[in-house]
Amino acid sequence: MDAFRDWLLSENVLGAAFGLVVWDLLKIIVLLVPLLVCVAYMTYAERKIIGFMQVRLGPNRTGPLGLLQPIADAFKLMFKEVVIPSGANKGLYVLGPILALGPSLAAWAVVPVADGWVVSNANAGLLFLLAITSIEVYGVIIAGWATNSKYAFLGAMRASAQMISYEVALGFALICVLMVSQSLNLTDIVMSQNTGRFHDMGLGFLSWNWLPLLPLFVVYFISGVAETNRAPFDVVEGESEIVAGHMVEYSGMAFALFFLAEYANMILVSALTSLLFLGGWLSPVGFLPDGFHWMALKTAFFLFMFLWIRATFPRFRYDQIMRLGWKVFVPITLVWVIVVAVWMMSPLSIWK
Amino acid sequence: MGARDYIGSLFLKELLQGLIVTGRHFFQRKLTIQYPEEKTPQSPRFRGLHALRRDDRGEERCIACKLCEAICPAMAITIDIGEREDGSRRTTRYDIDYTKCIYCGFCEEACPVEAIVETPIFEYHGEARGDLYYTKQMLLAVGDRYKERIDADKAADAKYR
Amino acid sequence: MAFTTFIFYVLAVVLVFSALRVVTARNPVHAVLFLVLAFFNAGGIWLLLSAEFLAVTLVMVYVGAVMVLFLFVVMMLDIDFARLREGFWKYLPVGAFVGLLLAVEMGLVLGGKYFGLAAMPAPAPTAADFSNTREIGRVLYTEYAWPFELASLVLLVAMIAAVSLTLRKRRTDKWVRPETQVAVRHEARIELVKMAAEKEVEPEPEAAADDAAKA
Repeated sequence: MDAFRDWLLSENVLGAAFGLVVWDLLKIIVLLVPLLVCVAYMTYAERKIIGFMQVRLGPNRTGPLGLLQPIADAFKLMFKEVVIPSGANKGLYVLGPILALGPSLAAWAVVPVADGWVVSNANAGLLFLLAITSIEVYGVIIAGWATNSKYAFLGAMRASAQMISYEVALGFALICVLMVSQSLNLTDIVMSQNTGRFHDMGLGFLSWNWLPLLPLFVVYFISGVAETNRAPFDVVEGESEIVAGHMVEYSGMAFALFFLAEYANMILVSALTSLLFLGGWLSPVGFLPDGFHWMALKTAFFLFMFLWIRATFPRFRYDQIMRLGWKVFVPITLVWVIVVAVWMMSPLSIWK
Repeated sequence: MGARDYIGSLFLKELLQGLIVTGRHFFQRKLTIQYPEEKTPQSPRFRGLHALRRDDRGEERCIACKLCEAICPAMAITIDIGEREDGSRRTTRYDIDYTKCIYCGFCEEACPVEAIVETPIFEYHGEARGDLYYTKQMLLAVGDRYKERIDADKAADAKYR
Repeated sequence: MAFTTFIFYVLAVVLVFSALRVVTARNPVHAVLFLVLAFFNAGGIWLLLSAEFLAVTLVMVYVGAVMVLFLFVVMMLDIDFARLREGFWKYLPVGAFVGLLLAVEMGLVLGGKYFGLAAMPAPAPTAADFSNTREIGRVLYTEYAWPFELASLVLLVAMIAAVSLTLRKRRTDKWVRPETQVAVRHEARIELVKMAAEKEVEPEPEAAADDAAKA
């Protein structure tokens, strides 16, 4: 890989400046194409898994085992007309879905999928992630306002309040992680979980962050579910109350972009949870090699949890969501920040 | 709320219980019936497409009493009456509009001679609105075509009437 | 022209344009969105100055939180545009004065070499692994710990004041505490009573006599 990079950057091929641009573009494509395929098949997995939990079979007609279903769906959505309501603010109406999808893909720039497999190994990776995930809400708000429909507008209001609230808990959970790993770089955060007494005993999975930071691990994942507006926190869409929230007037590819954004966000939250708390690509036991497959496995587990949760719980009421965010999660995370700080300074610290 | 409940909710006790329930169903045998290949059993009382029956001599049973037209709550049945050459009272027109019919079975109940019946046939369609407007000839044809099945269903249900 | 210079000009042009649109846009929602764009480009320029912590914080705090709340409020406002334009001539002198002041300050900075501002030396070049996040953290919690804590205290007071000013109990309030609702057990809501489905009834003597008379 390095040889190919050097060849690309050498003077007689593309030159250093232009070669670097092409090299980065190649990295982005190599990351994003499988990601979008995962997004497509996530919709299939969702329908199949929720079907199974409801003792149904799920889609099984299009192709063997229904495996071509996402492709059929994509084709259908692509060839549908994007209807722009007459009262809508045209420019912003079109901008909404783009702003929803953009950040959820941009966030992957700093997410490593294995040792060294990362588009940009930025120093302030975690900060970048926080910033990018905090602007995801704009897609929903702009779409909701530009549609000029009361249901969409209600969805936008709910989205802005909910996503900001849960970002606070999410941020505090991240602060603890970066306190114990002493770094904002995601690769360093993973590698910092690769040490400790249990790791030396060959039981690496006990030295990962999830055990000392267990409450934060749970809070982070639940806040992640709320942040992506997935069930049971999907009051933003709330099809039983406000039909589909910000998506109510969208059709065709514009609607598909919202869908892509939602699933890309789910995969992002799952990948981040496994990086920050479950040691990313590290192997759980000493005798098995580390590698990308562990990362994929852990991410898949959390994605399954997303679907499992959706199949199990009824939708929260809006004031209960707010209470959970501000009166349960924020205090828990704040207390744990202090607990971890005291723990790190005490002689019992396990992070020295 | 006691201390036990607080600790239970802190450790997500009820949520985990819920997850276990759905988790168990995940591995259960699936109940889905693969429709075109598999079908659920049908009752002889099933109310599908209508048919006009004939008696043993091949004569149409309908005596044009118009009871079915009168009772039809959706006003889907239209009947005109005329006298046939042999002097018997017959319908000159017996139409059912399936875009109106609600398959309530009242026509069948009202009929004094068991002429109009509902068959268990439900897999039919029309590609245009007019295709779902069944005339007397079409209804008689349905009766002729599914005679054995209709007779068997009526026989099976007869002892409960 | 170096590539970074090119990027700077792109960011700067978009920044100036969107800043202008913030004050000229008729629709307040558009104005807020242009402000968001302006913050983004300012963040980009800070990134070029290798102040990545500040840039990311700007995006996170202003774009991610403050402007969302702004948008939240502005979207719900019902603004009368005619009344907005009423005070234009009254406020023009003040506005013109502030504008002039800003222009003079900018001139001072841009023409710094004529006013002896160049005495400030350029910062020393930093090593490749220099982490500006770590440096800011170090300075913030050692040298500037006292002002930092003071500032956070002031913000906390402001926050509590804002909450207590807006929080009022209305008589018509039908709000229930979610935690009491969540904590309710089924025993408190419903009592399951077991009783026989049928009950033996003694035949009444008069009815029996009636039957006998009929017979």
